[in-house]
Amino acid sequence: MPAIELKGVVKRFGEITAVDGLDLDVPRGICLGLLGPNGAGKSTTMRLLTGQAIADEGSLRVLGHELPAEAKEARAEMGVVPQLDNLDVDVSVQDNLAVFARLYRVKDVRAAVDRGLELARLSDRRTDSVEQLSGGMRRRLLLARGLMHEPDLMLLDEPTVGLDPQIRTQLWSLVDLLRSQGVTILMSTHYIEEAQRLADEVAVMTHGKIIARGRPDELIAKHAGRETAEVYAPPARLAEVRAVAEAQGLTVRPAGPAIAIVGSERASDGAIPPEAIRRAASLEDVFVLLTGEEAE
Amino acid sequence: MRRLEPAAIAGVMSREVANFRSYWKSTTFSSVLEPVIYLLAFGLGLGSTIVDKVEGLDYVEFVGTGMVATAVIFSSALPAMFGAFVKERFQRTYDAILAAPVDVEELVTAEMLWIGLRSGIYGSFPLIVSMLFGLDPAPGMLLVPLFAFITALGFAGFGIATAASVAKIDQFSYVTTLVITPLFLVAGTFFPIDQLPEGFQVAAQFNPLHQLVVLVRHACFGFEATDLLRVGGLIVFTVVLWREAVRRMSKRLID
Repeated sequence: MPAIELKGVVKRFGEITAVDGLDLDVPRGICLGLLGPNGAGKSTTMRLLTGQAIADEGSLRVLGHELPAEAKEARAEMGVVPQLDNLDVDVSVQDNLAVFARLYRVKDVRAAVDRGLELARLSDRRTDSVEQLSGGMRRRLLLARGLMHEPDLMLLDEPTVGLDPQIRTQLWSLVDLLRSQGVTILMSTHYIEEAQRLADEVAVMTHGKIIARGRPDELIAKHAGRETAEVYAPPARLAEVRAVAEAQGLTVRPAGPAIAIVGSERASDGAIPPEAIRRAASLEDVFVLLTGEEAE
Repeated sequence: MRRLEPAAIAGVMSREVANFRSYWKSTTFSSVLEPVIYLLAFGLGLGSTIVDKVEGLDYVEFVGTGMVATAVIFSSALPAMFGAFVKERFQRTYDAILAAPVDVEELVTAEMLWIGLRSGIYGSFPLIVSMLFGLDPAPGMLLVPLFAFITALGFAGFGIATAASVAKIDQFSYVTTLVITPLFLVAGTFFPIDQLPEGFQVAAQFNPLHQLVVLVRHACFGFEATDLLRVGGLIVFTVVLWREAVRRMSKRLID
């Protein structure tokens, strides 16, 4: 039985269809990265999975529980790390954890708190109020809070959005630790690197649907090929290069100030100018090709 | 899982207790000092110069017992309104709690119970203060925290339902001006309502605060048979607002 099974899920907010016929299976024990641009429906999907949003159509099963009827049972077995920090800032670090240990019906609250403090590396800050913590510490605490009951499934909604690169790396090692312990993880993100570093499988989501799914290397091989050539030049020169490459049937995408010729290994003579920088094709190429949006 | 699980309710209340540790001093300070100020101003000021006896009571006793209702509404409706809105909108606390195995009904019930308990205790302070001003202790007074608790539960429900209904926090001004201030003024705290025009007197019978004021005075000076009806009325008020708070919060919190 997969950890998560969604079939034909639709969620509308008035005129807007946030989730539009979503099918998603997450097998147990993997980390699935739900990769999509802002507004793709990732956060709504997360809220549907906790029963904080009710689907208009489709069927949802989480850890064998039918949603929304058994949402509470499902929540008892999963942990959630929200996109926005919602810790109690006036309350001590340990009390923030203790409250959630109780909400998750943990028998030995003290032991769970100690475990959480250790995981978040905040044992020496246990009596400090959250207000006194740095941004990175708060994020680690938020993650530990969702793990009080040692759940089988973790939902991470944009876990590192708006964080410094250094703090992001810290958090990635924590997620990696969970992954190595066999916890099933569904992580939404719009950071390509995050998906590439952490996810066993990536599902690319846009306009409320999954449009591609697979291991990062599979997705790259299938949608982008082996190699991408990036060309930095004045706009007039870029237009020339683009025309030549497209005449050969190659896909060209914008890449900030440059253009990227995807699948450049298939180009014949002259299509790739000598000043081009050739690099291995990446998940970013796939993302931009499939969603039509520039990556962050 | 069952509805209204005690463990879920206790968990949510434990969060309130943890937060209370950071602000109990200021709340307690104002809860104790406020009745003192009112009693000095109204009881001694008005009582010694203009008003002699009201309904057979010294004015200090009249105001002191009536102040329980004032303390109750200001320690229940207002904290519930602002607290629920801030936790729902600004701090996203409710989102955090609902990601755990807690549903909206349990969340709202726990929030109401916490405010009810707190207000039941703070609401009794004016009575204790009044004793320093000469109110004689009576066994019936032991029931005052219970009456205060029941009424506060209802007003907590009112506050939470209101918080779930307004779009912006400044809309609470309408609610305080149009609902809370009139309820507080025509409760019979500072003057007996039988001095009001007949229409107001009838309306006052539907004011839960007025019923609380009467119950507290009777607790101090002797119960009457109709007091059971008053308690029944308060329970109905509380149950209706509890369901309304759950309904409106569900609508607000679940997409």
